[in-house]
Amino acid sequence: MKTEKNDIKIKVCMGPGGIATGGADVIKVFKDDLASANIKAKIGKGCSLHKVGCFGLCARDVLVDVIVGKNKTTYQYVKPDMVPRIVKEHLIENNPVSEWTVGDDYYSFYNKQIKVVLSEFSEVDPEDIDTYTAVGGYEATKKVLTKFTPEKTIAIIKKSGIRGRGGAGFPTGVKWEICRKVESDQKFIICNADEGDPGAFMDRAVIEGNPHSVIEGMIIGAYAIGATKGYVYVRAEYPLAVERLTIAIKQARGKNLLGENILGTKFNFDVRLKLGAGAFVCGEETALIASIEGQRGMPRAKPPFPVHSGLWGKPTVINNVETLANVPYIIRKGADWFSSFGTEKSKGTKVFALTGKVKNTGLIEVPMGILLREIIYDIGGGIEGGKAFKAVQTGGPSGGCIPAELVDINVDYESLAKVGSIVGSGGMVVLDDTDCMVSIAKFFLEFTQAESCGKCVPCRVGTKRLLEILDRITAGKGREGDIELLEDLGNDIKLSSLCGLGQTAPNPILSTIKYFRHEYEAHIKEQKCPAKVCKDLIEYGILEEFCKGCGACLRVCPSKAITGEKKKPHIISVDVCIKCGACFDVCKFKAVKKE
Amino acid sequence: MFNETVLKEIDEIKARYPDERSALLPSLYIAQKEFGWLSPKAMLCVAQTLNLPEAMVRGTASFYAMFKHKPMGRHVIQLCTNIACMILGAEKLVGFLKTTYGLEPNKTTADGRFSLVIMECIGACGTAPAMLINTDFYDNLTEKKIEDILGKYK
Ligand SMILES: Cc1cc2nc3c(=O)[nH]c(=O)nc-3n(C[C@H](O)[C@H](O)[C@H](O)COP(=O)(O)O)c2cc1C
Ligand code: FES
Repeated sequence: MKTEKNDIKIKVCMGPGGIATGGADVIKVFKDDLASANIKAKIGKGCSLHKVGCFGLCARDVLVDVIVGKNKTTYQYVKPDMVPRIVKEHLIENNPVSEWTVGDDYYSFYNKQIKVVLSEFSEVDPEDIDTYTAVGGYEATKKVLTKFTPEKTIAIIKKSGIRGRGGAGFPTGVKWEICRKVESDQKFIICNADEGDPGAFMDRAVIEGNPHSVIEGMIIGAYAIGATKGYVYVRAEYPLAVERLTIAIKQARGKNLLGENILGTKFNFDVRLKLGAGAFVCGEETALIASIEGQRGMPRAKPPFPVHSGLWGKPTVINNVETLANVPYIIRKGADWFSSFGTEKSKGTKVFALTGKVKNTGLIEVPMGILLREIIYDIGGGIEGGKAFKAVQTGGPSGGCIPAELVDINVDYESLAKVGSIVGSGGMVVLDDTDCMVSIAKFFLEFTQAESCGKCVPCRVGTKRLLEILDRITAGKGREGDIELLEDLGNDIKLSSLCGLGQTAPNPILSTIKYFRHEYEAHIKEQKCPAKVCKDLIEYGILEEFCKGCGACLRVCPSKAITGEKKKPHIISVDVCIKCGACFDVCKFKAVKKE
Repeated sequence: MFNETVLKEIDEIKARYPDERSALLPSLYIAQKEFGWLSPKAMLCVAQTLNLPEAMVRGTASFYAMFKHKPMGRHVIQLCTNIACMILGAEKLVGFLKTTYGLEPNKTTADGRFSLVIMECIGACGTAPAMLINTDFYDNLTEKKIEDILGKYK
């Protein structure tokens, strides 16, 4: 059957997951195929091909939407060599290739999500401003510049109840209002795109998926506070985000959305990019300012806060990427609409990066206050490989671990703080029973210790001491009293550090001690790692009754620690074994034991 | 010293800021691109161009991980071993690079083809483990996949 002059749209995910799994190749094959005269004639007119930002479910990339008329079909795990068949059977013969399409589980990933910031991700081509304006983009800018005073704009943002998404949760409208009221010849707005929390990629996805929403948020913020210059401080580790922002800024200038007399009004504003250089602490606002000024990225004591004295001593508002990306939607759809999502004190939706041991890893956006259970099981699809859910780490190195028993808590600023963790910037790393909680805490301490800028003693020396204690515990050399020492020292560091890095660095330890004290005790008292992760506390061996002598382990062992004849049980020499676990992974007969 | 084009580029950057110091980080990036790494000579050039004390330039450059203080291989493998990558086997990949290519963190292969830098999270945690080679991005890594990818970089 031939499809007659209907509108065909093809959308290929080119978010972080898609681009890496070959989204560009998939697009290219589509493009080549569709350009061939033969196929063109068969399909008829009206076929458009777009690259769009992250679809969310990175684990299934490359995802491709094919929309014929009103019917949308989503293909998963698309590889370039699958494209010709999709073109032939679906586009020409109008028969979707059902074996490659997503199943019901794909939709359950989306069912409980509410998308604001991510709402237009599957519509917008991040490198084409016209696709953004086609879905209402920059309408908020126009509305604000031509109809609202700065004060009215601030009042709307205040009323929406939105709080900063960068971690601290400070009310955005209040921050803007304070800055508005400071008299100065020059003010700045900075977008904090230094996303450094391990396990977090929300800001990256937002910039790569819809960069204009961030720029629009900055324009509105600048108008509200009275800034004429803005900077996006973006990680150099995100080359694609840098590229897409550069394109977006250029296009916005071309449409007079940045520059002088924006949209014919008296308002002037321009944005520049400033590249970070690989220092986590530069995400802290005063360190970020120091870094833009060309200094070592070291935080300073507050007050004065940046709203009073920021970049080059001028009043400066710093907002997170996701905070700013929410702003255009709040203006367009109203404060009441926004605050209809969420809880009393945590309004709106929040983007989370769901990673680790869940089935559906990816980018999700949920109303504040959703149950953790809904995120892990309904959206995340439960734990990968039938293992047991153990804990979820939220808030990265400043946050903590929430144990499986608490899976029925609400995910919002207050509830998470109550159980000793934080919403933070939105990283959610799901852990199963094969993860060692002491190792997880140690991992975060290694991170904060390495990233401590060294300015204040509690953080510089304190994190080092904490790490040394964790090192000896995981090496089986823990001492009686170490747990209490970690707690005391941790609390002291929290109280006495200069900036948020040190003030929160002990959290991963304190929260794991709180909920998994027995694991610490097992390491210290019995020299055992219950999750069998800590190398110094485990030994590999072969279970003779199961070993078929196939030689798979022998071949894979990098240190030649395994010997044995074919078809006879093999032996691992513990002195030579480096405990890499390769034999354990490769054995099909479960004949390698780990104790 | 820098050539004319580089000097012009730095001048343009300087003009954007109220003081010369603010042009330091972008200038260091430019110098790193010119020289391949931030050699003492490269940093001296930056100091002279921006009229800043050399110690200040060195002190600032050494704070940031993206500035390289030794020569790098032709291709820089930047492998993430941060949390999501770690729990999905990034450590094993480090081992694999060592056994297969003799490549260790912060080292360069004898033929100058690859350098290995261990990265903090590069924002691909949903499809971990991940790496950048120069500015190209790869994820869902396995040993086999790394082998195939590296084959493309000569
Ligand atoms: C060590 C440290 C790292 C931080 N990293 C980030 C970051 O990567 N992105 C971010 O938006 N905020 C980060 N913050 C929070 C910022 O200091 C600041 O609160 C935030 O950018 C304000 O924006 P918001 O009000 O929109 O959240 C960090 C704070 C600390 C102490
Ligand atoms: S933890 Fe490796 S990319 Fe995020």
